[in-house]
Amino acid sequence: MAEVMQDNATSEAGSDEAATKTMNMIEAINSAMDVMMERDPDVVVMGEDVGYFGGVFRCTAGLQAKYGKTRVFDTPISECGIVGVAVGMGAYGLRPVPEIQFADYIYPGIDQLISEAARLRYRSAGEFIAPITVRSPFGGGIFGGQTHSQSPESLFTHVSGLKTVIPSTPYDAKGLLISAIEDNDPVIFFEPKRIYNGPFTGYYDRPVEPWSKHAASKVPTGHYRIPLGKANIVRAGEALTILAYGTMVHVAKAVVEANGVDAEVIDLRTLLPLDIETIEASVKKTGRCLIIHEATRTSGFGAELSALVQERCFYHLEAPVERVTGFDTPYPHSLEWAYFPGPIRIGRAIAKIMKD
Amino acid sequence: MADGPLRSNQQPLALHVPEPRSRPGDPVDFSDVVVPAAGSMARPDEAVSPHEMRDLSFGLVRVLDDEHRAVGAWDPRLPHETLLKMLRTMALTRAFDERLYRAQRQGKTSFYMKCTGEEATSVAAAAAMQGDDMVFPSYRQQGILMWRGYALTEMINQIYSNRGDKLKGRQLPIMYSVPELSFFTISGNLATQYPQAVGWAMASAIKGDTRIASCWCGEGSTAEGDFHSAMTFASVYNAPTILNVVNNQWAISSFSGFAGAERTTFAARAIGYGIAGLRVDGNDALAVYAATQWAAERARSNKGPTLIEHFTYRAEGHSTSDDPSAYRSAQESAEWPLGDPIYRLKQHCIALGIWDDERHAAMDLELAEMVKAATKEAEKNGVLGHGMHQPFETMFEDVFEELPWHLQEQMAQALEERAAKWPK
Ligand SMILES: Cc1ncc(C[n+]2csc(CCOP(=O)(O)OP(=O)(O)O)c2C)c(N)n1
Ligand SMILES: [Mg+2]
Repeated sequence: MAEVMQDNATSEAGSDEAATKTMNMIEAINSAMDVMMERDPDVVVMGEDVGYFGGVFRCTAGLQAKYGKTRVFDTPISECGIVGVAVGMGAYGLRPVPEIQFADYIYPGIDQLISEAARLRYRSAGEFIAPITVRSPFGGGIFGGQTHSQSPESLFTHVSGLKTVIPSTPYDAKGLLISAIEDNDPVIFFEPKRIYNGPFTGYYDRPVEPWSKHAASKVPTGHYRIPLGKANIVRAGEALTILAYGTMVHVAKAVVEANGVDAEVIDLRTLLPLDIETIEASVKKTGRCLIIHEATRTSGFGAELSALVQERCFYHLEAPVERVTGFDTPYPHSLEWAYFPGPIRIGRAIAKIMKD
Repeated sequence: MADGPLRSNQQPLALHVPEPRSRPGDPVDFSDVVVPAAGSMARPDEAVSPHEMRDLSFGLVRVLDDEHRAVGAWDPRLPHETLLKMLRTMALTRAFDERLYRAQRQGKTSFYMKCTGEEATSVAAAAAMQGDDMVFPSYRQQGILMWRGYALTEMINQIYSNRGDKLKGRQLPIMYSVPELSFFTISGNLATQYPQAVGWAMASAIKGDTRIASCWCGEGSTAEGDFHSAMTFASVYNAPTILNVVNNQWAISSFSGFAGAERTTFAARAIGYGIAGLRVDGNDALAVYAATQWAAERARSNKGPTLIEHFTYRAEGHSTSDDPSAYRSAQESAEWPLGDPIYRLKQHCIALGIWDDERHAAMDLELAEMVKAATKEAEKNGVLGHGMHQPFETMFEDVFEELPWHLQEQMAQALEERAAKWPK
């Protein structure tokens, strides 16, 4: 894992590569914004409760005290307003990093994202751009019920002009968030809240490990990038390719290890732009492909992945491409674990795909 | 780009970012909160033009004075039994909140939200409406259900997401739905209920019905577009609606200034839309009753909607997930100039000679026992995470009226997974 991370990280001249700190994902995300605000006076952070309080998940803790109230500020409870003013600030030349408190609350801002942020560059032939990064915690596994658990990523990957990024470790979260903030196009940055504090394996009845026990919690304190559009092979293998992102990367790895199948597990990191080369090379090697996401199945991002694999690797496939997903229902409260695509669902899919 | 074009003879622009009056550790000073004397606001006829009642959007309708007497034109002159019933219902609401908050702390459920200090804004409002007027609440109006007599065990079953939960364990705790009491299903997405209430009222008007609709949201939620869409529709169609804004000063960690309170009142939002606006002391149950009664009468006689700002204070945390000591002074709650709504109504009843401290203490004990008994009853149906949940099949029901093929397949899959996990 360490080598792969090294390959993808581009360290900047002047940054002290040796200085690392153990961080959970919240701290790594905080550090990314801190580093970017330090380097670039045009970076501003805003959102509901992000200022003095530092965000309901603490991702912006300490930033207002450090950079002042005109660079880190609370906003009215209007997601439409939050995204809309971010677009306007971007038009001025700032680089806003708005937070939407939960992905489940992004919908009032969706017109500004889809009709505006995503299209400014195209409709003005590059005269206006929206260099904004919309951060938002997403996904379930915290008994948040249907309004604190959703995974709406495919609504955004379906829109031309938006990039969608989903990290799975503290190390990746920081490097990807820095790249997203530096990117001149609008980026949706979904943070899997279930793994803010530790890598969840899907075995919900077992104790949770903190990030500090995980190699990817050693995070450089300075500036580094993980390029958008570059996947990470988190486990090399020959028998089967598993495509996952966010929380499901950890669940996939745990299940593969428990089942003793020699799967190659690819963490996509960026859904759009997608690292098609890494996917194609892996599936051509293994001949089998399992796609895992927590989001609902129908028209989910897995459908896109499945189509791409089928188009590009058809003659290498030894079994139909499989998808393991959340069910096509709102996220239930008490039956959370029956809904969650956990070890049993994944294990059954692996058995099925390995059968032929 | 950070430094824009500077024209030497012009002043640089500066961004204003609101700041609350105090933060943790700061002394609290509420001297800027203007509290007009009880009885000092005029009470116009319910048919008045919104333009002739602008004062009422900036003042504060108050009925209970410092000696706990009901004074002035807004005194609703309620029968004693109504006063005592409101007092009891507010006390029940608080007893329920206390117990269920503790239940969450004991791990019996995932989440709870209290309305401590705001009981009057739902109990007295419900008391002034008819039982079949439709309400579209936010998540802090449990007092309406208490007033309308909903079974406590049903509420607790929902909070525990257990086998007895008629909402099938799907919703986050406290997101009730009680159509038989004209209580709309609660949404976690802020302010969405606002235009829906207006739509319900428009439907009632289309059909020549006599029922009106009422909705609630917090002051923070007035920033959402849904609030403003609702105001526009209510204004255009003169919809028979009561639009309540519970201004409890805080929206999680953000004080009311982040919803515009540094510039004007929330009641004054009505003025731009040309609808009636009332600003009331939300900790004065009689004022809340009187304002709601006024608005209901106006709506019922086709004179149009009313926006009511209930000026109150969120005495505790936003929810069980929140720690308010991280962002506001702990003293605020104690020093809130409008006092506690239950204490004030109790003192009023005592001043009338219809109540006393002994009876009140006995009632508190009785209500605590009643809630405890309901909790025990509900626990027979299980608590969250202890296996006594709804059958897996229920997860797939109600997505649509009928189960399409893909959900049938997924239901079968879920059952197979259960059999794999718990073979037998
Ligand atoms: C659309 C939407 N955005 C954000 C949230 C998260 N959220 C839940 S409650 C809350 C604060 C609401 O404050 P206010 O409207 O004043 O109501 P109060 O909690 O004070 O009763 C926020 C931001 C949400 N539930 N829905
Ligand atoms: Mg509030």
